[in-house]
Amino acid sequence: MCLAVPGKVLDIEERDGTRMATVDFGGVVKEVCLEYVPDLKVGEYAIVHVGFALQRLDEESARHTLALFEELGLLQEEFGDPWEAAAAPEGGDGAGGTPPAVRNDGSREVSR
Amino acid sequence: MKYLEEFQNPELARRLLDEIRATVTRPWALMEVCGGQTHTIIRHGIDQLLPDQVELIHGPGCPVCVTPLEVIDKALEIAARPDVIFCSFGDMLRVPGSDRDLFQVRGHGGDVRVVYSPLDALKIAQQNPHREVVFFGIGFETTAPPNAMTVHQARKLGIPNFSMLVSHVRVPPAIEAIMTSPSCRVQAFLAAGHVCSVMGMGEYPELADRFQVPIVVTGFEPLDILEGIRRTVRQLERGEHTVDNAYPRAVRSEGNPAAQAMLADVFEVTDRAWRGIGTIPASGWRLSERYRDFDAEYRFSVDGITTREPAACRSGEVLQGLIKPHECEAFGTTCTPRSPLGATMVSSEGACAAYYLYRRLGTTPTPQEASPVA
Ligand code: SF4
Repeated sequence: MCLAVPGKVLDIEERDGTRMATVDFGGVVKEVCLEYVPDLKVGEYAIVHVGFALQRLDEESARHTLALFEELGLLQEEFGDPWEAAAAPEGGDGAGGTPPAVRNDGSREVSR
Repeated sequence: MKYLEEFQNPELARRLLDEIRATVTRPWALMEVCGGQTHTIIRHGIDQLLPDQVELIHGPGCPVCVTPLEVIDKALEIAARPDVIFCSFGDMLRVPGSDRDLFQVRGHGGDVRVVYSPLDALKIAQQNPHREVVFFGIGFETTAPPNAMTVHQARKLGIPNFSMLVSHVRVPPAIEAIMTSPSCRVQAFLAAGHVCSVMGMGEYPELADRFQVPIVVTGFEPLDILEGIRRTVRQLERGEHTVDNAYPRAVRSEGNPAAQAMLADVFEVTDRAWRGIGTIPASGWRLSERYRDFDAEYRFSVDGITTREPAACRSGEVLQGLIKPHECEAFGTTCTPRSPLGATMVSSEGACAAYYLYRRLGTTPTPQEASPVA
């Protein structure tokens, strides 16, 4: 639950006097509160934790982290169905989420 | 070196490891504070790739694990009330209270709902004006600002049926408690990156100075962790003890001032009991006087709870880095993620869970186990 995931701002609007955004986390789209990073713009990336942007992030490191999280199954852990995970039979991954499928095909280009 | 394939950039990982190996001349014990870092370390077998002189000790940085049993029991009692909709992050569902968990409360008819964000709980309160909606507000400095904002919003929008059961914890007092413990072996800290994204690094120089420990702010990817270790070992070998930022892409030294201001408004610092560790002075937050109306502990009388800790569980020692999870007798036998005795086995960031998932019973992992496919 302490995992903060980078996401890309798709859309910004004011709701109930609060700056809110639609944010894309590598395919999963969520509502995110921008009150703590108010100058964030559409197209920019931020580190998001439990529905709040906490810090702006540059695009390259955001993409890189997202790709890695996806590969490790961490996005599934963060956004998957927690009831399903809690009810899952004893097995490879009892602590939450679906067993992470790790694949290394070496096809992803990485530059840091 | 077989685990290196697991890394996103094996070349860079190898370079960092070579540099660590070339730098180290004697044994050092480093504590990674955050449970997320523990999982990366165990999942990738980073601890096994390091030279023998570098030992990683797992810290108490898993909010689910350190939430005291008494608070869990209060949550369970509130969640079981027929007039309540109880909202929580998914990680809390299987955390054992004295005699049940949230999952079981829901099985017996309790209205327990999992939310992704505390704002979702506020929305549920708006949609259900005739029910009491309670959000379980736990977590470190990363989670506290979202929860603070949510309470602030509840007051601003005048939502009377929303309240929060708050049990937030702060990292710096935990570092102090670890360093002043007589059994402490820790010589340096890898500080939790996302905590510092919010709080900045201002709280650390005093600690680094007083205890003569390097504190290196570190991220969560394998390469982040290796880089954090490299900088830490370099300081230790040179006899330095400064605060260093190895995660600059997400951490600015001043942190996030807007979030800090909201924290100061909504919360006040309080002593907190840490599960398995005991009370640490000034180590937590509770709702400040101004927000008392939104405090679930005041709204529902849940005092006088008697707790029962399972005697076999050694999570307190695990959380302080005194034993490794597989040294606990219950590990993998009477204690598994499906029927956990302690929160360190059930939480997705717990050290016992990390060992269970990636290292089973302390045997040397095959690469498949270090990074499970099934
Ligand atoms: S293995 Fe289980 S019983 Fe042992 S310390 Fe970990 S959580 Fe507690």
